[in-house]
Amino acid sequence: MNRIFAYIEHKGGVADDSAAELIAAARKLDPSASPVAIAIGLGPELDSVCESLRAGYAEVWKIANDALAYPNAELVRQALVKVLPAGSIVLVPHTHFGLDLAPGLSIKLNAAYVPDILAIEPLAGNSLRLVRQEFGGQLSAHVTCDISTGAVISVRPGAFKPEPSAATGQIVDKSSEVGSLSARRRYLETVVAEAGEVDITKHALLVSIGRGIQEQDNVAIAEDLAQALGAAVSCSRPVVDAKWLEKSRQVGSSGKTVKPKVYMALGISGSFQHLAGLKGNPFIIAVNKNAKAPIFQVADIGIVDDILEFIPALTEKAREGAKAGAAEA
Amino acid sequence: MQGLSSAAQPSSWVLPAQVLFVSIQAFGLALFCYIVKQRLAPMLRAERDFRFDRPWQRIQNVLQYWLGQWKHPRYPGAGILHILIFAGFIVLAIRSFTLLVVGMPGSADYAAEPGLLAHLYGLVTDYAATIVFLCMIVAVVRRMVFKPARYAVPPQYGQGHPADAIFLLGLIAILMFADSLFAASEPVVSQARGEAPAALSLAWLLNLAIGSTSAASLWGIHTGASILHASAFYFLLCYRPFGIQFHVETSLFNVYFARLDRGTVKPVRWGVSEADLDNVQSFGVKKFEDFTWKHILDFYSCADCGRCSDKCPANAAGRPLSPRFLSIKARDYAFHHFPVFGKADNSHALVGGIYSEDEIWSCTTCGQCEEECPLLIEYINKIVDLRRGMIDDGKVPQTLQKPLKALESRGNPYGKLEKKRADWAKNKEFAAQCQVKTLDGDTADTLFFVDSVTSYDDRIQSIGRATARILDAAGTDFGILGAAEKDSGHEVRRFGEELLFLALRDENTAAIKESGAKRIVTADPHAFNALRHDYKDMPPIEHISQFIAREIKQGTLKLQGLEDATKVYAYHDPCYLGRHNQIYDEPRFVLDAIPGLKRVEMARCRDRSFCCGGGGLMLFYEPKESERMGVLRVKMAAEAGANVIITACPFCMVNIEDAIKVTGMELKMSAIDLAELVDRQLLRAPNVREVPIAVEAVW
Amino acid sequence: MNILVCVRRVPDTSENEIQLNSAGNDIERDDLVYSINEWDNYAVEEALQITARVGGEVTVVTVGDEEDEEVLRREMAMGAKQGVMLTDEVFTGSDAKGIATILKGYVDKNKFDLILTGVQAEDGGAQVGGMLAALLDYPFASLVNAIEVRDAGKLKITREIAGGNKEISEIDLPCVLSIQTGINEPRYVGMRGIRQVASVEIPQFGASELGVDKGAVGEAAARVRRLDYFIPALGKGAEMLTGERDQIVERVFDLLKERGGVQA
Repeated sequence: MNRIFAYIEHKGGVADDSAAELIAAARKLDPSASPVAIAIGLGPELDSVCESLRAGYAEVWKIANDALAYPNAELVRQALVKVLPAGSIVLVPHTHFGLDLAPGLSIKLNAAYVPDILAIEPLAGNSLRLVRQEFGGQLSAHVTCDISTGAVISVRPGAFKPEPSAATGQIVDKSSEVGSLSARRRYLETVVAEAGEVDITKHALLVSIGRGIQEQDNVAIAEDLAQALGAAVSCSRPVVDAKWLEKSRQVGSSGKTVKPKVYMALGISGSFQHLAGLKGNPFIIAVNKNAKAPIFQVADIGIVDDILEFIPALTEKAREGAKAGAAEA
Repeated sequence: MQGLSSAAQPSSWVLPAQVLFVSIQAFGLALFCYIVKQRLAPMLRAERDFRFDRPWQRIQNVLQYWLGQWKHPRYPGAGILHILIFAGFIVLAIRSFTLLVVGMPGSADYAAEPGLLAHLYGLVTDYAATIVFLCMIVAVVRRMVFKPARYAVPPQYGQGHPADAIFLLGLIAILMFADSLFAASEPVVSQARGEAPAALSLAWLLNLAIGSTSAASLWGIHTGASILHASAFYFLLCYRPFGIQFHVETSLFNVYFARLDRGTVKPVRWGVSEADLDNVQSFGVKKFEDFTWKHILDFYSCADCGRCSDKCPANAAGRPLSPRFLSIKARDYAFHHFPVFGKADNSHALVGGIYSEDEIWSCTTCGQCEEECPLLIEYINKIVDLRRGMIDDGKVPQTLQKPLKALESRGNPYGKLEKKRADWAKNKEFAAQCQVKTLDGDTADTLFFVDSVTSYDDRIQSIGRATARILDAAGTDFGILGAAEKDSGHEVRRFGEELLFLALRDENTAAIKESGAKRIVTADPHAFNALRHDYKDMPPIEHISQFIAREIKQGTLKLQGLEDATKVYAYHDPCYLGRHNQIYDEPRFVLDAIPGLKRVEMARCRDRSFCCGGGGLMLFYEPKESERMGVLRVKMAAEAGANVIITACPFCMVNIEDAIKVTGMELKMSAIDLAELVDRQLLRAPNVREVPIAVEAVW
Repeated sequence: MNILVCVRRVPDTSENEIQLNSAGNDIERDDLVYSINEWDNYAVEEALQITARVGGEVTVVTVGDEEDEEVLRREMAMGAKQGVMLTDEVFTGSDAKGIATILKGYVDKNKFDLILTGVQAEDGGAQVGGMLAALLDYPFASLVNAIEVRDAGKLKITREIAGGNKEISEIDLPCVLSIQTGINEPRYVGMRGIRQVASVEIPQFGASELGVDKGAVGEAAARVRRLDYFIPALGKGAEMLTGERDQIVERVFDLLKERGGVQA
């Protein structure tokens, strides 16, 4: 099988969690594989990332270039195309960056592309069998991929559990092979989302609402519950799209990443993009009218009920509980 | 005495006075005609409106609502005042016109001896003028001191014109004064025509006051009064078309041409058949000229009394809608862009101009405004036309787009599968007691038209089941259309999506015809209204409350007493059962037939029932409001001393139960549907075990 | 500015229950309601808003067959000037790269300043936009949620990235952008609008008109193929609580306290 490369995302000198996950993915692809990490960037931050990757990857290719100080997918692609051997298999995390990079990369490498996969297994005859989800996670699909001319595979973050690896790798500096890079897309700046008054990333318990809350006026019901529990209200994307809550409350791949102890998913179907914002393995309690909602596959506790009825009932219980507690105290 | 008058009049006065008198009239009349022509101009450019049919019905309306001032006593204080003023004006009308002739200075010489009728008329008019004069004073005091809330102009709608109102009232007072002064000075001036003014009338008082003046002065006063009267008369005549007083002229026509058909909505274009709609360039009202001439006449006729907005539930909830200002802003637009003096302006978009989108979407079409308006101004047709225009331009709130799309593809606003439409009847416990047949292949006597919310909303399905059980208990041969039933389209039409409505209507009509049903029963007043008024060639339609009432009277259905007789019930009249279809008594009859049921009436009941928040698509719209209409209604029920609200409409149930939750009043208030209640209280044959599902759902 | 928007007809997830068919190899397609892919609809609206500001025309194109015409017409009813159907037997079974190749054939025969796609489709993986750009050698940006037209053939675009942050870049025209939901509020298209465009001609182009190499598209050329659909064996899944709501609420509250969730 061809060489397997793992594209490493990093920020502030620290490699993303996906770096370890990609090793696991590579192993599923080819148990004997020794994937090569590729880290692209500039300066001491890049160096420290490469250093940390040595524990896990047998080989770490470092590509440093002024133009790559900020990961611009157009430029990254140019760089990768220059250094990757023909027929390589490239694993990329399916993130906002991976989405941007992978499709075009597959074309330029003349490789196949399979996006957002959850599972891989090798098949005979230079092909792979992978699992993807469709229709908002309601169904899964098996796909085959012909890897005879290589493949770019984007991997769903969190789909593969990192495995310990004993390898201690070498850093290979590939910067000189890249040459000059120019892109017709130029990074200007990043605008950080406004903090808002509530920082959901700081709460141990989140009362999170989804489309099931149905309308703006019902958000108050969730606020009541949050108040009774000393929690904060967060939400999934549809609630923000409908402008019922500000963006700062959104949990998900395009919102905030949160690491609460307990996460109440109320009227949330459990789409991947939303769950992507949940880290640290919180205790998930899900309430949803639809018994088949995908959230029940990841939740610890599941309740099939109408959240518009359930939430007020729980609020009342919490208030009673608080009173009882206060009385005892 | 004859000689006295001619000797007494300074000859130098007569000619100038006469010239003045005639000039005022000529000029005033000419100006008035010009003004009216200018006011008619936009009406002539406006859309057609077929209002010339059924003259006898129209005349009856004129007699009842115009002459009879039928709506006025709904606000007793202002109502009585206005009836007096109106009566006075009618009485004085003839007098005013005659004065324009006999008021000619110097004509006193040629007057004939008044007959008995004229004499009586003279007395009546003297009192009339007095009463009107007094009413003017009361009106001014009311406006300046008591300031009724509904006259206030909230800042977002513009500025009030209180000075203008006072000015007009003052002018009318002056007119009355001039009239009385003329009458007062007449007996002295003309022996022939002279007769004492009616005792204690204003004229009589003035007569006393001027009695002692010299003959020459009296002649001067008489002439002066005549000139003053003519001036005031013509000034008012020409001034009225510039403000709310125009209703004095337009009211008769406005009432004559008023809408005759309740519960329905005007076609997209009068005179354009449904088949030809595709050729219409633009749907709805986007600019002023898209209104029909009758709607423009409505704008002219608005007296700015504020009764509509005062009672409008959307307004009470703090939505940006105030019906009064829909009229006044349009009227001001007309005055500004089609001025009497000046050129007519280019057309401007109304929505985004004088109206905001939210304002137009906020209306639940409850009809309270139309019920209150003494001039029979219509609002729902205008709102629907404005919505048609917005839909045509693609300006639809995002929250409404999904249900509209779902209605198009699935025939219900929830996007649920058609084949699941009859699942409510498949509930195991229910199906064991009551078989509901689906009329695909099967036929039945009676069609139970369920409609979307009752079919798909899990809470509301119990109303469907209760209704079916009632029909069953009465031995009716009934069935449902099942998957072939589409949403009645009632709100689709009223939200301006006419073509989608027509598609739904046609599909339902075909299915209903195929079912062979000879009558239709429904528990949904919106479906009831649609089938009755929007659909054509339908078999007779009844609401379940009418059905139950009749069956109780016939003895087919018997109701047993309540287990808990301590509860106090308030019946909430649904807009589309009550106000639009005037079915107030049957539901009450049914409730009163339940032994032990204590019932109270809310202050706003019957044709003043306060809309719960709206049905159909309105459930998907998110208005900007300070408080929900349902919440206000639940508070009204509590105020009336009730702890149970009875509704007869699934949408009312949704809104009321929602409101109970939102206000946290679950322990103090509950809601039950009429059908659910009757179903529970039905006295059934002893061998039929009934455990109506409605019980645990509601209590 | 002449804008091309690539659109797709998909089963509407909010009006359907997506289920496996009895053979277990596809979704149950009877009784499915199809509509335009939600992301693509936002893209068309964005294109219309851009041309309203700076002038130009919007063309919508899809790869499919007769059934797919309805989404073209819907977008034309929304305001797109022209709808184009790329259809040919040999296109059947194409994977994303095949689709991108077909679209490239159409783009090459015309002059477009900007090409938009939706970020992804309900049953897709956010591939075509990036692939099309690479095939055309145009710059690309995904997850775009704001576009500002600048002078001299450049756009200022905003991409939605993690944490709700916005990445702002400048991009040269011609380029390909994939559009994220929420970028705008798409206007309503009613039955009337659709009726009005019902008889407008939609030109069709096949492989030869587009100069597309048959060997590069279709099932045979597809390197990625879907084998089946399945419902994954539920992992541990959630412990489902049943019973009266009151009991459940109590249990939940206890759990919340146990797990250190209650802070009040």
